Amino acid sequence: MSTLAVEVWRGGAQGAFQSFEVPRYPSQTVLDVVTYIQRSLDPTLAYRFACRVGMCGSCAMTVNGVPRWTCRTHVDKVSRENKLVIGPLRNLPVIRDLVTDMREFFDKWARAKGSFGGNRTRQDELARVPPDSADRKKVDAGIECIGCGVCYSACDVVAWNPDYLGPAALNRAWTLVKDERDVAKTERLRAVAGDAGCHACHTHMSCTERCPMGLSPTAGISGLKRAVLGSALKGGL
Amino acid sequence: MSARTQTLLWIAQRASAAVLALCVIVHLFTIIYAVQGGLSAAEILGRTRGNVAWFTFYSIFVLGVAVHAPIGLRSIFIEWLGWRGRSRDGVVVAFAAVLAWMGMRAVFAVFV
Repeated sequence: MSTLAVEVWRGGAQGAFQSFEVPRYPSQTVLDVVTYIQRSLDPTLAYRFACRVGMCGSCAMTVNGVPRWTCRTHVDKVSRENKLVIGPLRNLPVIRDLVTDMREFFDKWARAKGSFGGNRTRQDELARVPPDSADRKKVDAGIECIGCGVCYSACDVVAWNPDYLGPAALNRAWTLVKDERDVAKTERLRAVAGDAGCHACHTHMSCTERCPMGLSPTAGISGLKRAVLGSALKGGL
Repeated sequence: MSARTQTLLWIAQRASAAVLALCVIVHLFTIIYAVQGGLSAAEILGRTRGNVAWFTFYSIFVLGVAVHAPIGLRSIFIEWLGWRGRSRDGVVVAFAAVLAWMGMRAVFAVFV
């Protein structure tokens, strides 16, 4: 049976890669590899996963230098000469081994006013949003984010400017800006403007390149830049 | 600094970039065209002295630079040095003033 040479990050911010030899199977995913190491070679390895089918967004790691969802990443696709280097996500504090602290990532969603602000009660009629309306289509294009943190890890602007809200939080804000039922738009546009918000984006498009769901946070951020500018010029910001 | 001011700085930098792109093209074509018959100070001054069109063009060029470069420098300060607050913005405004003063001094020198 052929084997795979795997280097896995051990430790916190300070640490080192540890080598493992893992049996190679057909259709093996990177998460399968990490699970094999933890179950058969070293039970002290810390990593995070839940659904294993690309829905929960908890198993993202850096694989051969690229942030990926490991449950849907086949070893065939990413290994080089039967070698894998697996580390924690970049731009997030490492708790231990492959587990990062996601608090700052999700706190930024809150800072970007990433929660819906409605004004209807349960006594009101349901809002009817035409599925083919222009705004609803823009919401559809960004709504399937699973919160895995891959875009945040891929973003150089986050690395340079730790205050930057990041692609996921801004993408979330954009889907709410385009939600016709939402009434907290001005407050949200104010929250996502400026040095820590959409205007800090350099349009490198690493988030769009790496998003496992095929979303384009870059497009949403561009939309936010236009929306914020429109509001600023009208004196609404 | 308010969200509105930061947004206006952003659009000022984008708008000045568009102006500068045009200015650089005109400037480069002028250089290529003008040096064909040899390049001398007398020839340049002959073209620019008392010429309101060139004075206006280069004034716009200089002011575009004075708007564009300091806003970019401000972002570099944030990303490379983590420098925030009033001291950074003070340096950026001073840099804009120096660029505008030096540039306009040169423009006046070839106009008058």
